[in-house]
Amino acid sequence: MNALTSVFAREFKSYFATPLAFVFIVIFLFAMGAFTFYLGHFYDNGSADLSVFFGYHPWLYLFLVPALAMRLWAEERRSGTMELLLTLPVPLWATVVGKFLAAWAFAGLALILTFPIWITVNYLGHPDNGVVVASYIGSFLMAGAYLSIGACISSTTNNQVIAFIVSVVVCFLFTISGAPLVLDAFRAWAPLPLVEAVSSFSFITHFASITAGVIDLRDMVFFFSLIALFLFANMLIVDLRKSG
Amino acid sequence: MIEIERLTKRFGPLTAVSDLSLAVGPGEVLGFLGPNGAGKSTTMKMVTGYLAPDQGSVRICGHDIVSDTIAAQKRLGYLPEGAPAYGEMTPRQFLHFIAEVRELAGEAEKAATQRAIAGAELQGVLDQPIETLSKGFRRRVGLAQAILHDPDVLVLDEPTDGLDPNQKHAVRGLIRGMAKNKTIIISTHLLEEVDAICTRAVIIDRGRIVIDATPAELAAKAPSGRLDDVFRQLTTGDTSGAAA
Repeated sequence: MNALTSVFAREFKSYFATPLAFVFIVIFLFAMGAFTFYLGHFYDNGSADLSVFFGYHPWLYLFLVPALAMRLWAEERRSGTMELLLTLPVPLWATVVGKFLAAWAFAGLALILTFPIWITVNYLGHPDNGVVVASYIGSFLMAGAYLSIGACISSTTNNQVIAFIVSVVVCFLFTISGAPLVLDAFRAWAPLPLVEAVSSFSFITHFASITAGVIDLRDMVFFFSLIALFLFANMLIVDLRKSG
Repeated sequence: MIEIERLTKRFGPLTAVSDLSLAVGPGEVLGFLGPNGAGKSTTMKMVTGYLAPDQGSVRICGHDIVSDTIAAQKRLGYLPEGAPAYGEMTPRQFLHFIAEVRELAGEAEKAATQRAIAGAELQGVLDQPIETLSKGFRRRVGLAQAILHDPDVLVLDEPTDGLDPNQKHAVRGLIRGMAKNKTIIISTHLLEEVDAICTRAVIIDRGRIVIDATPAELAAKAPSGRLDDVFRQLTTGDTSGAAA
């Protein structure tokens, strides 16, 4: 546990050692605002809720979260520090989880900094703050799921650009797996239960049910098990590298 | 104490390390020599648990590196090839991270850090980001990291590479000073280094040990008495046999 916090702290601080943290947070907040106010016509809707704001989260995460995750392992592999890290007396699971949690905490920080919009909507009207809190929790869980995918893919390469592009594609498939674009490819040949299974992987479906104000245990379990699955795969990939 | 037994590693069709056995005890400084690609670094990566062997075993102070990895790695200090370190950190932050992972805290950490800093002569650069340091200083940061926890076993991959003659002399003095009760393996291209600090020299070629002797015995093998000539003879196939 001690080693986990050391790995976590080092990784979390490393975001702030370069302009990365600043650039990321500024672009994240700017994009959130731009999407909500210009594309989403936040004021014109005339309703005091944040559904427009949260509705864009999956699409923003799609590009911003892989940018956060791409360096997690690819950079260690490129710079050779992976050899240092893996020969320190730290269990592999602690390294994998510590790195992931650092990135997740950073994403959480960026998300918390969107609070002015929550203040704005409370100033303008009387939103259901329970729904807002549920939506923030849902958004954070979804960011974690995207991050675990990105971390896992980052561990397969020493090239951050490849890690980014592949992560965006995989995240995209998970985001829209409930949409016809993906489902039609399966409908042609797959049995109905499989089509339904694929469709149930859609981040948007699970996130939408949380932002509707219902924190359903199934949606929570979905995101948590997805995170666990990809971190486990991440661990296997790193361990497999040992065999050369 | 390092016990290597019948270690073998293949990368595809290439056998990098072949059936290599070696035991090194406390008080010994073993110089690991060989042409580029002979398998020195691969052997060291297996000894420190970064690569898993295809066959054979490695024990560090009685702990098997594959089945009892963490216990073995706790007894081990390792300077990987190229002395990788986190470039955005300063040596002070970097050593603090290593100390945390090595479970050194409070007074113990302070004493260990001071000793490592003095040993590697890092006093002047403690608060500069590692990526801005010269090659020689980076190497010494790697060395400080390896000796921080005063390990029983030291594995140093080219510890004096990139250092100027004065720094080489200092690092050799440091290694000699620690040699009394530690087991040390260093890999090197510099035959003068063997003369300077090693109590035993092993030359490997194409993954096999071609000779295992004291530096004096080694020098006696060549009519000229020069280590360079012995090295060339043994690794270009001018003589056969001499396998230990």
